[in-house]
Amino acid sequence: MIERNALLKVENMSVTFGTGRKRVEAVKNVSFEVFRGETFSLVGESGSGKTTIGRTIVRLNQINNGRVLFDDKVISGKISRELQSKVVRKIQMIFQDPMASLNDRAKVDYIVGEGLINAGICKSKQELNERVSRSLMDVGLLPEFASRFPHEFSGGQRQRIGIARALVMEPEFIIADEPISALDVSIRAQVLNLLNKFKRERGLSYLFIAHDLSVVKFIADRIGVIYGGQLVELCYTQRLFEKPLHPYTKNLLTAAPIPDPRRARNRSAIVYDPTQHDYSKERPLLTEIEQGHLVLANSKELESYKRDL
Amino acid sequence: MEEILSVKDLEIQFTLRGKTLTPIRKVSLELYKGETLAIAGESGSGKTVLTKTFIGMLDNNGKITGGQILFDGKDLTTYKTEKQWLTIRGRRISMVFQDPMTSLNPLKTIGEQIRESMILHNIVPKDKSKGRVIELLNDVGIPDAINRYSNYPHQFSGGMRQRVVIAIAMACQPDILICDEPTTALDVTIQAQIIDLIKSLQKKLGITVIYITHDLGVVAEVADRVAIMYAGEFVEVGTAEEVFFDPRHPYTWALLSSLPQFGEKGKDLYTIEGVPPNLFKVIVGDAFAPRNRYALEVDFAAAPPYFKVSETHKAKTWLLDPRSPKIEPPETIAKLKAGDF
Ligand SMILES: Nc1ncnc2c1ncn2[C@@H]1O[C@H](COP(=O)(O)OP(=O)(O)OP(=O)(O)O)[C@@H](O)[C@H]1O
Ligand SMILES: [Mg+2]
Repeated sequence: MIERNALLKVENMSVTFGTGRKRVEAVKNVSFEVFRGETFSLVGESGSGKTTIGRTIVRLNQINNGRVLFDDKVISGKISRELQSKVVRKIQMIFQDPMASLNDRAKVDYIVGEGLINAGICKSKQELNERVSRSLMDVGLLPEFASRFPHEFSGGQRQRIGIARALVMEPEFIIADEPISALDVSIRAQVLNLLNKFKRERGLSYLFIAHDLSVVKFIADRIGVIYGGQLVELCYTQRLFEKPLHPYTKNLLTAAPIPDPRRARNRSAIVYDPTQHDYSKERPLLTEIEQGHLVLANSKELESYKRDL
Repeated sequence: MEEILSVKDLEIQFTLRGKTLTPIRKVSLELYKGETLAIAGESGSGKTVLTKTFIGMLDNNGKITGGQILFDGKDLTTYKTEKQWLTIRGRRISMVFQDPMTSLNPLKTIGEQIRESMILHNIVPKDKSKGRVIELLNDVGIPDAINRYSNYPHQFSGGMRQRVVIAIAMACQPDILICDEPTTALDVTIQAQIIDLIKSLQKKLGITVIYITHDLGVVAEVADRVAIMYAGEFVEVGTAEEVFFDPRHPYTWALLSSLPQFGEKGKDLYTIEGVPPNLFKVIVGDAFAPRNRYALEVDFAAAPPYFKVSETHKAKTWLLDPRSPKIEPPETIAKLKAGDF
C-alpha cells in the first residue's frame, strides 16, 4: 500500500473530567488518523466520548494524555501563538443544532464573518463583506441574506449558515458533530451533498461524528466505532458493513433503521452487553486483524474474530 | 377492519399577529382498530397540529374551522370544556411527545406522576395505586421498579425517561396511543428499544397506534399503514408495502429517494429543492408543484383529487389521471422494491 498522507493524527488521547471520586475518563487512549481528502467518521452512542474527542482536537477541552498532530505539528498541550492561530483557522467545527449554535441576536453577516474578524484576517471591511458573500453563495444562500437574523431561516438554511461560517475561514479540516441529526430528512440530503461537494472541489477533510451508521455509510471513507470512550473497531466503510466484528458494532448496525418494511419488521437488534467480555485474565488491545481493520480484543477474542473473517 | 376514529374534511387555522394561516387543509383519515398508522412528512407539514386536535390540545390561537373528528360515536370537534376533554385525553387517547422532559415534572418523583394521572381518571382506588404503578413500570421495561418509583426524572437517562412517559400515557389503558417523534432525540440503539416496547405493548393490549416521524426507516419498521403529509394534506395513503414499493406521489418518491441509505459513494443524494409553501397564502394548484421535478402544467392551475390505486391505496397527484403522460419513478424506487441497497 502506498503511504498516505495523514492530515490529522490523534495519538493515545485520554481526556478526564472532574477530580477525585467524580473523576470520569471520557476518552481512553484513542488513536486514529485522518488522511488528506478523507472523511473519517466516529460513531457511537451519546455519552460515548465522540464530541469530547472533537472538542479536544480544537483545544476546547484539555488533553490529559497523548497528543494531537495536525499537518505533522503537535497542536495539543502548550503551543505557540502562531500555531494556535493556525489551528483556529485551519480546523473548523459544524455543530448538531443549527439553532442553538448560532447567536440569535447577531445578523448572518456577523455570524459568518466573526471568525475572520477575531483572527484579524481581513484588511478591509470590503474584503470581509466579499468573503462573507462568497461563502454564503458557496453554500447556496443568497448574499442578501447577510442582513437577516438566524430565526428567519429554515433548519436547513440555518445549518448552511453554520457551514458558511466554517468555510469562510478556508479551513483544511472540518469537524462536523452530528451535523444532520437535528434536520429533517429532506434537508439532510442537501447538507450531506454540500459537505461532499467541498471535499471534492477543495480537498477538504472531515471528521464526521454521528450515532447512526446508516447515515455514515454514504459519507465516510473510514469509520471508527467508539464505546465508553474507547475505540472498539476501526475499518474502511464498506468492509465494516460487510464484516463487523466487535459485538457493539453489530449492535449499532442492527439497530439502524432500514427503509424496507419487509426487512425492517424482521429486524432484531443484536444486544450489546459490555460485561460479555471476559477481560479478567487478559486486557484487550486495539489490534489490526486484517489490512486497515482494527478491533479491540484480547487474544482469545481475536482468534474467534479471525475465524469470522 | 373496524374504524376506531375518523377525520372528515378537517380544517384548522391559526391566527398569528392578525394574520391567518391554514396548517391543516381539509384532511380526511380513517384509523382502524389495532393498527399502527405512521404519519410521515417534513417539518411543518402539520403532523403535530393535526393529532393534537384528537386530544383537545390545539394551541390557543388555533381553531377548527371545518370538518369532524368522529370517535366513539361522538364528534370531538364539538368538545369545548376541559371536563369533556378529560373523558378522552389520557383516558381514551394518549399522546407521547418527542422530548420526554417537557412531559415530565422535574420536581415530582416519577411514581407520583404516574399515580396522579391514574387518580385523575379514577382508574384505581388510591390505596391500590402504588402497586399498579410498579406493575406499569415493569411493563415498560424499567428495571428495579420498586426503587425507581421514588426517583426524579433527572435521575433517568433519555431512553428511560421516554419509557416513563409511555407508562404515563398507558396508565389508563387508552384505546389510541399517539407517538409524536418519540425517538428523534434518542440514539439508534435506544430508539430500537423504544420501538420494540411500543410494538410489544400494542400486541399485548391491542391498542391502536399513530406513529409520527419524519424518518422513513422508522416508518418501515412500525407501520401497517402509512400516510404521507405535505403542507397540511395527506398526499398519499396506503399500506406500508404499497407506499414503499409502489409509491405514486412524486413527494413520496422524493422523500424515499433522499434517504442516505440509498446513497452511492461519489454521487449526490437525491434532494428536494426549495421550501414548503407559505401557509399564510392561499395555495393554488398542487401545493408540491413548485418543488416537483415531475410537475405537469395542470399542477399549477388546479389541485388534484385523490386517485384510487387499490382498495387501500390512494394518492393526490395528477400523474394518476389517465390523461397524464406516463412517468417513471426515480431509480431508487426500483432499488427499494428489489431490496437492493
Ligand atoms: N400555535 C401556532 N401558531 C401559529 N402557527 C403554528 C402554531 N403551531 C404550529 N403552527 C404552524 O403550523 C404548521 C404545522 O406545524 P406542525 O407542528 O403540525 O408541523 P409538524 O409536521 O409536526 O412538524 P415537525 O416535524 O417539525 O414537528 C407549521 O407551519 C407551524 O409553523
Ligand atoms: Mg411535530
